[in-house]
Amino acid sequence: MNLFKLISEIEQIDPEANERYSFYSRRNLIKYGTNLAAAAIPTLMATTFNQAFAQTTTAPSQAAIDVANFALTLEYLEDEFYKNGLAASGLIPTTDRTVISQISKHETAHVNLLKTALGAGAVAKPTFKFPTGTFTTYTTFLATARAFEDTGVQAYKGQAGTLINDKDILQIALQIHSVEARHASEIRRMQGLKGWVSDTSQTSFTQAGINLKTLTGKSDDAIREAFDEPLTKDAVLAIVKPFLA
Amino acid sequence: MSKEQNDSGLTTLPGQLEPVMVGRRLFLRYAGAAVAGGAVLASCKDEENPTTVPSSVDLGTGDVGILNYAFALEQLEAAFYTQVIATPYTGMTDAEKTLLTDIRDHEIIHREFFKAAIPAANRITDLTPNFTGITFTDRTSVLSTAKAFEDLGVAAYNGAGRLIKDANYLLLAGKIVSVEARHAAAIRDLLNPKSADFAGDDIVSPTTGLDPATKPADVLPTAQKFVQTPLSGANLPTA
Repeated sequence: MNLFKLISEIEQIDPEANERYSFYSRRNLIKYGTNLAAAAIPTLMATTFNQAFAQTTTAPSQAAIDVANFALTLEYLEDEFYKNGLAASGLIPTTDRTVISQISKHETAHVNLLKTALGAGAVAKPTFKFPTGTFTTYTTFLATARAFEDTGVQAYKGQAGTLINDKDILQIALQIHSVEARHASEIRRMQGLKGWVSDTSQTSFTQAGINLKTLTGKSDDAIREAFDEPLTKDAVLAIVKPFLA
Repeated sequence: MSKEQNDSGLTTLPGQLEPVMVGRRLFLRYAGAAVAGGAVLASCKDEENPTTVPSSVDLGTGDVGILNYAFALEQLEAAFYTQVIATPYTGMTDAEKTLLTDIRDHEIIHREFFKAAIPAANRITDLTPNFTGITFTDRTSVLSTAKAFEDLGVAAYNGAGRLIKDANYLLLAGKIVSVEARHAAAIRDLLNPKSADFAGDDIVSPTTGLDPATKPADVLPTAQKFVQTPLSGANLPTA
């Protein structure tokens, strides 16, 4: 199995992770994914993703399984972050709790969806650490949330090509991806920012060889905002690493 | 008032950067049908060259078909927001105007991108929108339509991803769909600030946390309500 960098990070924290991971096989994945775990979750969720992973004609590729575990790790992080935030007394203003609760609900659902689908092949939840102030200062909390959500959007986007031959899994990844983008937009606007990203370090205004600056005459910001750029797995892991205990 | 808005939408073909090569006769035909009825239509008919008016636009096959599908949706969105900014609804705040102008620009950039990316020989024509059901003077009408467009766009891109064969096109669709989702959340928040609606249970499944993914065959009938030119996705990939 071609384990990526994050797994070795997790192994340092959890020596048994590798053993659990090795135990997993595609056969186990399908078996546990469709039987065991399905019993523990609502039927709708079980059928949605288990069908994707346990396709009768085409088993999921190893690449798709790796992507799902990568995604699961990010969702673990987001889920724990929002749960801690909601539990921290006096952190989230009453006016904002509805929004944060809605996001938290989705992250929990994403964790359950991915864990269920991966079954015995799911990576264990790492132990996370958060910088001082994350759950005591609301501006810090929101800034961290924005970073997680924007990174999540970039991370899923960066993996789409890897899933191009696993159509059902690709579709579910896209369906999570756009929800993370909704979250990112809302968090940004709660920070007083625009809901879209204008990364000023991005100096190319070209997509697929087409120069959008000369084509449209729109502002640099508008052109940057109109296309969300992806991040590679390594780049995402570099962002996530400080949060791994 | 509603009539004036409709006329404006037809005359200027909102969303076009440059004058649109629709032609006076074609415009008159649509204007006649929409505004004056049979008399004007009949008077135009004799000078009409039938070959300039496609009875139906076929989006095509394969990846190019999917690109045309996206191009069609982006044309509608761009035209809609161009009209929104050209005729602001009553009570539009500066903040709302800034936000909606941003979205207009994004959609125009998307439209122009697809227009340039699709080989001319396979590209669909510039579409004529039909916004007769929208009251552009009314905030709720405009924002509700915007919400519907953005949610439809997200679901359409999510459903089309699996139909794309080329990884480069898939990535491009991915770069655009999340921007549409950002729009959707912002518009929904304008309608109901700081509620759960930005990613509400009406659109994101509370059980799975998933946005919808809708097939072209299910998206096109909805999109068709906003475009005069009949669209056909009969030859698009289905799996």
